[in-house]
Order: sequence, then C-alpha cells, then structure tokens
Amino acid sequence: MSNPDKPIEIEGGVVKMVDPAAHSVSAATAKPEAATRRHAPEEPPPAHLYEKQKTVHNQRIDGRFRRFKWAVMILTLAVYYITPWIRWDRGPYAPDQAVLVDLAGRRFYMFGIEIWPHEFYFVAGLLIMAGIGLFLVTSAVGRAWCGYACPQTVWTDLFQHIDRLVDGDRNARIRLDAAPWGPSKIARRALKWTIYLVISFWTGGAWIMYFADAPTLTADFWTGQAAPVAYTTVAILTLTTFVLGGFMREQVCIYMCPWPRIQTAMLDEKSLIVTYKDWRGEPRGSLKKARKEPEKFGDCIDCKQCIAVCPTGIDIREGPQIGCITCALCIDACDRVMADIGKPRGLIDYATLEDCEKEAAGEEPRPVWKALLRPRTIAYTMIWGSIGLAILFALGVRNHTEISASPDRNPPFMLMSDGSIRNAFTLKVRNMESRPRDMQIGLEGLPGAVMWTGEIGRGDAAVTQVIKAQADQTKTIRAYVMAPADTPVTDFRFTVTSLDEQRETDTSETRFSAPGDN
Amino acid sequence: MANKPTEGQRVDEPTGTEFVGHEWDGIEELDTPMPRWWVWTFYLTIVWAAVYVVLYPALPMLEKGTEGILGWSSRGDLAKDMSAADLAQQSFREQLAAIDVVKLQDNPQLMQQAVAGGAAAFKVNCVQCHGSGAAGSQGLGYPNLADDDWLWGGDLQAIEYTLIHGIRQQGDDQTRSSIMPPFAGVFSDEELNAITDHVMSFSKMANSNPLGAEIYANNCASCHGANGMGDRAQGAPNLSDAIWLYGNSRAQIQSQILAPRMGMMPKWEGRLDPVTIKMLAVYVHSLGGGEDVMEVAEDPAVNPDEQP
Repeated sequence: MSNPDKPIEIEGGVVKMVDPAAHSVSAATAKPEAATRRHAPEEPPPAHLYEKQKTVHNQRIDGRFRRFKWAVMILTLAVYYITPWIRWDRGPYAPDQAVLVDLAGRRFYMFGIEIWPHEFYFVAGLLIMAGIGLFLVTSAVGRAWCGYACPQTVWTDLFQHIDRLVDGDRNARIRLDAAPWGPSKIARRALKWTIYLVISFWTGGAWIMYFADAPTLTADFWTGQAAPVAYTTVAILTLTTFVLGGFMREQVCIYMCPWPRIQTAMLDEKSLIVTYKDWRGEPRGSLKKARKEPEKFGDCIDCKQCIAVCPTGIDIREGPQIGCITCALCIDACDRVMADIGKPRGLIDYATLEDCEKEAAGEEPRPVWKALLRPRTIAYTMIWGSIGLAILFALGVRNHTEISASPDRNPPFMLMSDGSIRNAFTLKVRNMESRPRDMQIGLEGLPGAVMWTGEIGRGDAAVTQVIKAQADQTKTIRAYVMAPADTPVTDFRFTVTSLDEQRETDTSETRFSAPGDN
Repeated sequence: MANKPTEGQRVDEPTGTEFVGHEWDGIEELDTPMPRWWVWTFYLTIVWAAVYVVLYPALPMLEKGTEGILGWSSRGDLAKDMSAADLAQQSFREQLAAIDVVKLQDNPQLMQQAVAGGAAAFKVNCVQCHGSGAAGSQGLGYPNLADDDWLWGGDLQAIEYTLIHGIRQQGDDQTRSSIMPPFAGVFSDEELNAITDHVMSFSKMANSNPLGAEIYANNCASCHGANGMGDRAQGAPNLSDAIWLYGNSRAQIQSQILAPRMGMMPKWEGRLDPVTIKMLAVYVHSLGGGEDVMEVAEDPAVNPDEQP
C-alpha cells in the first residue's frame, strides 16, 4: 500500500499493527475505491467516520494533451458564452436570436429550426443522441467526456488557472495554504475569490440569455426590470459555480456525480483509459538508485510528477480508479520526464487493458487508433448516426400546417328548429410558419353538411371556410357543423389547406354525433 | 483513508478499508468514510429546518398548528392571488360596465373576455337547470340555450333582459310573463285528438283536419299565430319547428294542452352584478344560436358579421 501513514499489514485479510517501515503492498492492484485514500491526513490518525477534503494543488504542465484541453476549454466556454448573442433573421414575426428557448411562448429556436411543444420528440431524439453519444465516446475513448468536455471539468480547470495566476504554482500554493492568516494572505484570498465570483456571475448571467432576447434581457437585468426568476437563476448558478468550481471541484466527480459510476460500468478491457504501465515502471526507484543498479529497477523514477499535475490529486500508478477523469495531464508530465532521462515516452499512456496485457507479455504495442475500431463502437456510431439522420429527415419533411378537431361532448349534438342536426367542435389550426397565412378549412365525408364558426356567422355557412391564421400561432376555432335531419352518426374529416404557394394540407378524423345512436 | 482499522477486523486488501460485514452474493460493503463536507451539509439542513420551524407554520398543536413568525399561510396566499386577479380584471370590468351590450361585437377582445367570464359565471349559477353544456333538459322543461329556437328572443339585448328580470318572476313588474291556459275538461277526446293532429301538422308529424283547424283558430292562433309560428313578444312558443320544450310525442303535446307546464326563470338583478349579467348574456349568445340585434343597423359603422 502506498500510504506510508498506514502502520498496518494485511495477512490473510486480517489487520496486524506493524512497523511503518516494513509496509509494502503492490500498488498496481488498487481498485477504484482507492481514490478516497488521498484525503487521508498525514498525521495524526483521522476521525472515524468522516474525512477532510484535501485541497488539490496541481502543478502547471505543458504538452499535447494539455494543449488539447486548452483548445476544448476555449471552444466550450466560447460556445457557452457567445451562442446567445448570435443573431438569426427569421422575419418580422419571430425572434432574431439564433438559439432561444422561449418558455413563455413555448417555442425552441435553433438557427433555421423551430420546435413547437408537440414536436418535443425532436428534443427527446437529441437527448437520446446525447446519451448514445456518451456511450459511443466511452466505448471509444473511455472517460473523455469527464476529462475534457464536462462543465465541472472545464470550470474547475478554469478556476485552477485562476489559482495559479493569483497564488503561483503548486509549491507556492501549498506554502500559502499552510501559512497563517495575515494581510497578504487575506488580500490574495480576497482577490482570488473575487475573480471566482466574477466568473461565476458571468456564468450564471450567460445561462439566462438562452431564455430571452439577450440584448434586451441584459439591459433589463442591469436596470432591475428583468423577471424575478432571472435574478434567482443567476444567483443560484453564481453560487453553484462558485462553490462547485471554486471549492468542491474533484469532490463533485468522486462523491456527487453518477456519471463516473455509470462509465465505470460501461468500460471494458477494450476501452481506452489512462494507464500506468506497471510492468515497465516497477519496481520504481529514484533516478540515482536506478542508474546505480539499472537491472533492479523499472522506468518509473518515482518523481511524483504525475501526482503533482493531476487535477483530482490521484496517483495514477495505483491503477484505474473513480477519481481518474482521464484528462491525460499525467501523460504529459510523465512524457517530459521520460524525455529528460532518455527513456521512451508512454510509461503512462492511453491504452486498453487488453493491449496492456499483451504488451506486458512482450508483444509489440498496438497503435492507439486501432482501439477505436471495434464492433461496439461501430454499432454505437451507426445507431447514433441513424437517429440523427431520422431527426433530420423528419425535420425536413414535417408539415407546417396542422389541424385537430375535438367534438363537444356535452351536448354531443343539437337539434335545430328546422330539424337539422348541429355538432359543435373546437378546432385547433396550427400555422407553424413565421408569417400570417390564410387557411381553408373544410368538411370531408359528411354529405350535405355545412359549417360556420364563432366569427363567420351561420348566414355564411358553407362546406369550406377561409380563416386567417396569425404567424407562428395556433388558432382556436369554434366550428359549428350542421347536417340535414336524419343524418346518422358518421365518421368524417376536417381538412385544412394553407392558401399559399406551399399548399400544405392536413386532416383530422372525428365523428358527427346524431340522435338515436350515441 | 480516514478509518483506522481496528485490530482483528477484516479489511479489503486493495484499499485497506474495513468491511462493514454486509455481504450479498460475494459482494461486500466497505466502510468507506464519508467526506467531511457531507456531514456539514447534513448539519446545515438541520439548521435550515430549525429556522423554518420558527418562520413558517410547522408544529401541530392541540387546536391548530404553530403559525410561524412570518405569518405566512396558504389561505393568505390564495387571498393575495385572488385580490391580484380581481385587480387585474378591474379595468376589463370597468370597460364592460360602460359599454352597451350590443356594441360589444365591435370589440372582439373585450367580447372574448366577456365570453370567458360568462362561461365561468354560467358554471356557478346556471348549470343547475340548463346543464353544463347549456343544452337544457327536455324532460324537465329547461330550455336549450345553444340552439336557434328562442321563446323570448335570442339577440344580446333580449338575453340580457331575460337574465335581469327573469321569466314569471314574482315581484318583478318587468319580468317576462306568458300564460298557456289549461284546457282540461274543455275538449272532448275527438276534439283533443283533432287539435293535437293539427298542431303536429305544422311540423309535418301528422295530417291536419278541419275540426282541429277550427279549434286552433278559435283558441290558439291569437298567441301561437295562424301557422303555429309563435310570437316572441308574448313568449308564445313556435309550434312549427322541430324543437319541443316539453316533448314532441302525442301524449306530451296533449298533456301540455290540458295541463300546461310553464317554467320559471329567476331574475338575476340584485343577485349578480350588472357586469356579470352582461357577461352571461354574451356567453349564452356565443353558444351557437345567438341572433343579431336588428336596431344596430342605425349605426353605419357597425357591420354585424352574423345574420340570423
């Protein structure tokens, strides 16, 4: 066991108190639960039921994965902060914000696509795609979501850069943490937390921009005219960003988030994970010792750089664990050290467990990209792509004109003074185009029947009526359908035709009720 | 690891954590320590609860619960919501009070609000007799308000008048009133059958006959009209249409001749405020059988979109 403060030895699963110096257990056998071990205070023996969070002071590192992480971070933050400000012209009857979730108007706008509430299956499809996308990513590149794209990771990363900017690198931060509170420490903490707070506020502020016209809302927000829910949302998101990004950090990944558990279940021996190649590194020893007796030591010089740069503060050499978000910064750190001491890179590297076993057995290492080509990954890609294509197809062919009819149930029919029978219906005519349109509604399959509406009087009763539908609205119409006396109960249809160049049509099946048969 | 293993306790070898002692199919539970902040969060919820109990109604006592120093109650919330809603409706009610009911059709928005308000008032005050769908009840003699047959007139003014003064309402001089005299003992069986046939012939349910026509002309035509068309001014029902308030079978018609039933509609003036009555009139008018007020033509700006 790598914890030197554990004066125990396990023999046949039973603890015996022993001298700390004699303590040694193979680290490579560690299980995911091992992540919690790093919180152990050095001295004295800890409390029984709870353990203190140990602040992670991760060291600056540069390398290809760090640069990739920078790129993803800049991209995701830019998308998050800038998207609501992109304009998109939809004509005079619809908002000009490219991405807008209009909760009050029950519309979701995304560039050229507008989703109505009854089309929520598109959003459901997107969510399913997001879910399968995560499966796909997990099966191909392991916990890449955790390592690069998860908001918790991105904001934690951002805040750790603030730490570095204000307090200096790892060693300076450790010293400052241990230092007693004085004017300098208070000033630094105040500055750092102020920067946290500004970023957090900006994060919360950006969120609400997705739900209203961004320029208007910004003006309203600062003049105190925005809705109370806007202020509440910003306050909550500011607080959560401040606490989760500034202080909780890796605790969120280890204790709060279900995703690491789910991903742990989805990983298998063919998944790419960040792995310490223990057959190559062990037994570890300092460079001095290793140079003296090269045949006795592996490549790991126990410099602990991989621990120093880790944003969640784990030791990757203990093996795969729940605290590892696979951000690969330890690969960058280890590669630099290997270059310095003249050993090949990749002592810590992306690899599958299966490849590791083969490599340990002496086979040639397989190129990493080959790990991506496996039936599971390909199947996920196919499913993911098919859902995407199906959504696109459905979006392309969807109708922007719809009608639905609901007959009055009480009374189901009514006798008129001339003996004819009248049924009343509530029609909903949807005009899903961002312009007003004339619509022709008509009756089909009900001989001799005429209709009028609440607005068009009985004097103008006819088989078809033309109504005006507002842009992007559902028009509710009271429709009265009158059929000659002795008309039996009949199934018939309401039709709607848009009177523009598209001539979209839709029908709604319903029933004409009549005396004698209910 | 926060948990210092007890001597003699079994531990999980890779993690060095003690076992709790629970085991399911070979999977054992480890006594992994909770993070410290977790327990602080728990304490925080206790503090929250304590503060909540002081501020809000919480503890049940013998008579009633504690009230909390903020004085909050769900009834109070409702009262606040209700008065806010009343306030929001105030301008609409003022507009409606000022406008003549027949001019409402020029103001579709106000009309729409009046219909909605009338629908709500109808559910409270009218459905007991006229039914929730306003279709009335033939057996009980409550008129259908949604058809195109009106005893006293189906334009907005007429409906409002009926609502205000009622029908056969005692103690109101202006109430609508009509009497169908009972003919029990007046006709022989033959005469009764003849007059019944004649009445039914208006709507082609039977063939007319000279005796019936003569009796009708002498006894009925003054109110119901020579061709049974009725007379709204007197509230005399139209006998030639398909709608029969008390039924269209021979027995039902004869019963109505011999011992007529005459319904009563209470006056709502004094029980409902004028604006609510106006809204009810607009709602009833909107049910599908409403007629236009003919006098409205004097105002050239008004172009009724509905013809009777």
